[in-house]
Amino acid sequence: MGTYILRRLLLMVPVIIGATFLIYAMVFAMPGDPLAGRCGERPCPPAFAAKFREQHHLNDPLPVQYAKYMGQLAQGDLGETFQGVKVSEELSKRYPITIRLAVIAILVELVIGVFAGVLAGIRKGKFVDNLVLVSTLIVIAIPTFVIGVLARKIFGLDLGWFRPTVSPAAPWSELILPGIVLGAISLAYVARLTRTNLVENLRADYVRTAVAKGLGRPRTIGVHTLRNSLIPVVTFVGADFGGLLGGAIITERIFNIRGVGGYIFQSIHSRDGVAVVGAVTVLVIVFLIMNLIVDLLYGVLDPRISHD
Amino acid sequence: MRGTTRTVAVAAVSAAALLAAGCGGGDSSPSSSGGSTAAGKTGGAITVHGCTPQNPFIPANTNETCGGDVLDAIVSKLVHYNPDTAAPEMDIAESITSTDNQTFTVKLNKGYMFTDGTEVKAKNFVDAWNWNRNGVNGTLNSYFFDVIEGAGDMDCGVFDKDQGTGENDPKAGDPDCKGKPPKATTLSGLKVVDDYTFTVKTTEKVSNLPVRLGYTAFAPLPDSFFADNGKAFGDAPVGAGPYKLEKYTKGTDMVLTKNADYKGKFAGKVDKITFKIYQDTDAAYTDVQADNLDLLAAVPASALAGEKYKTDLPDRNLVQAIGTFASISFPSSKADKSYDNPKLRQAISTAIDRKTIVDKILAGTRVPATGWVSPVVDGYKEGACGDFCTYDKAKAKALFDEAGGYTGKMTIGYNADGDHKAWTEAACNSIKDALGVECIATPYPDFATFRTKITAEEMKGMFRTGWQMDYPSIENFLAPLYGTGAGSNDSRYSNPAFDKLLTEAAAATDGAAANAKYQEAEALLANDMPVIPMWYGKAVAGWSTKVENVKVTPFGTFDLTSVTVK
Repeated sequence: MGTYILRRLLLMVPVIIGATFLIYAMVFAMPGDPLAGRCGERPCPPAFAAKFREQHHLNDPLPVQYAKYMGQLAQGDLGETFQGVKVSEELSKRYPITIRLAVIAILVELVIGVFAGVLAGIRKGKFVDNLVLVSTLIVIAIPTFVIGVLARKIFGLDLGWFRPTVSPAAPWSELILPGIVLGAISLAYVARLTRTNLVENLRADYVRTAVAKGLGRPRTIGVHTLRNSLIPVVTFVGADFGGLLGGAIITERIFNIRGVGGYIFQSIHSRDGVAVVGAVTVLVIVFLIMNLIVDLLYGVLDPRISHD
Repeated sequence: MRGTTRTVAVAAVSAAALLAAGCGGGDSSPSSSGGSTAAGKTGGAITVHGCTPQNPFIPANTNETCGGDVLDAIVSKLVHYNPDTAAPEMDIAESITSTDNQTFTVKLNKGYMFTDGTEVKAKNFVDAWNWNRNGVNGTLNSYFFDVIEGAGDMDCGVFDKDQGTGENDPKAGDPDCKGKPPKATTLSGLKVVDDYTFTVKTTEKVSNLPVRLGYTAFAPLPDSFFADNGKAFGDAPVGAGPYKLEKYTKGTDMVLTKNADYKGKFAGKVDKITFKIYQDTDAAYTDVQADNLDLLAAVPASALAGEKYKTDLPDRNLVQAIGTFASISFPSSKADKSYDNPKLRQAISTAIDRKTIVDKILAGTRVPATGWVSPVVDGYKEGACGDFCTYDKAKAKALFDEAGGYTGKMTIGYNADGDHKAWTEAACNSIKDALGVECIATPYPDFATFRTKITAEEMKGMFRTGWQMDYPSIENFLAPLYGTGAGSNDSRYSNPAFDKLLTEAAAATDGAAANAKYQEAEALLANDMPVIPMWYGKAVAGWSTKVENVKVTPFGTFDLTSVTVK
């Protein structure tokens, strides 16, 4: 187990280096001069443009730019954005907020999703099953920005249960509504995944054996069947956590949350390569760690999957 | 030009100029001030919609509204623009006089203090302007100082291709300040006479120089600024304005508090102003409805549709004509010769049904243009464009045939990250319908890509352009846009007669005479039609139940000195 984890951690290093280079190259390849939109409808003064390019290494060819960036990164310096703000400073402020948001979303999708999935699975073909299937279908069909804007209007503005937008400090309580919106679509997937797998496994031989030897229904389903049924769910949720961190752009905009998604979006928009690479590199690391955790969880859920 | 990333928002805001020209005249527009009648009490705190400043808070490096709105409350300038009429009024300056429009004597009022405790003196202006124009500092607004004598000597030398790796060296042609510093470090046209007097000599006659001096870039800088070239200042600006920056939490908000030592005439009423940063105006609008945000200068498109804002924010909204102008530009001859015939350009202009597009697509939030100059500035004259800006299918077709028709497809380029798809398509349909020629609205992914194409003269076909005034003068809508070789002359229009009129206007010692010359120049544009006027902007602002006496300036920003808390 220990060596497995160590091997996986070591493997992350080339992946991170490769990923940063790919991202850097892609930002580099984007059309449009970062200076073009900066001075409105007129070109920037040449002296400003020259200074700006010099400062942000824009004159250098890609490999040189990348080498300079990696050199800084090795010293723990994520660089400065075009606005002159340290990337590390921005990220350290934004990641905690986004992580809080993602945790709420994950909790929502796990708790409600698995519960709904189990209910539907054990009452297959009955009313509850159909209710879950139809309601999740509706959630999947409606885009997040519609759900978000509606939720903001109904629960934030009309009923006044939540603040319609999140304050700068973004405490847990204010992130509940955005978290539910963010988790809504994944919730539907989790419910459906759980249901399908549960239904499948309930027909398995070992379940029949468990029932035959006189185990109660809660134990049969809760311990024996559900554990096995959760493996695809865990895979999904693990990957989803990373996705929620970087992909919460829409939810962040609607509720004015100062998170990472909006930051990456803005940075891409202003061709701010350093900011994009910094934020995405952290995301890559999160993805890698989540993957590792998911792989380790397999072993816990199904002892047949061993990492030794 | 204030704009950049927010150009999107700016363009979405704009709209009609009902109130006509507020300028110069004494009639301020009563409809532009909201709230109750009384002057309102002083004190209290308000929150204002803000966005992320693109640069540190240095006046010469602030060319967009996000940082500009904040900085304008912090710094005092020689002149102050009247919030109703945009007419310049003396602020730090006691007087600005000139007999020949070329040498100006500026006398300062005594007693204006920077928030660091030093007094504003003549040298604070001269030093600031020298720093701003110095090529070594590479400031964004350096071109505002180009009119001052000696500006040319402050440019850095150009990096020769022989110095670097040859033809393909990316630095070739760029200013090279390290190797070839500027000849001079001060503008020869600026002279300090005594502590409260200085003179400005311009390279040529500039009749509207006093009007320009209210722009943020002309603000004085304290001595402490120069100690570290503005490094500390960028985070903690020191001005002589009615407010001071208390705290800036990047990405979150900017907190301004009242400057207790402010001695000027334009003091604010509230004690604390917080600019809250939003990524999305829709979210800000919701916050105004919920009383979590007090002032929003640009009601989002979703609330403009069907005039929803009038029911959402009853008696808490206003519409104000602002100094913006939207247009469709023709490509330069170098990029695309097919539009070179002025008759063809006039035909296209006549073929566009501006009024229907404004009413149907833009929910009436603009005013169809009748010329190239915004109605909010002094010197505006209606109808400069003549019949060419009035939709007339038959006449358009006749002009089109006279011009010999058009082979191929017409295109109107736009940046897809702004709200331009609907109206460019509508304009194309109007052209197609009237002229019977194929026309396609062509999206470019974002503003940066779009502008790169235009600046490099690679844009084929027509494209959308917009302009937001820097200072309230008819000159600002003509010279930077259509003068030969001017910075924002995207169509590369060049007409010696037009240039001559501009020069004559700048030399006129009488304001009315100058305006007449500028109007004459504007009239020439109708003959050549380098750019099709589309509409003038108006701002639709909204506010919470907590504030009153809200006023929006012709710049589309709130007059933060008049607003009060209920």
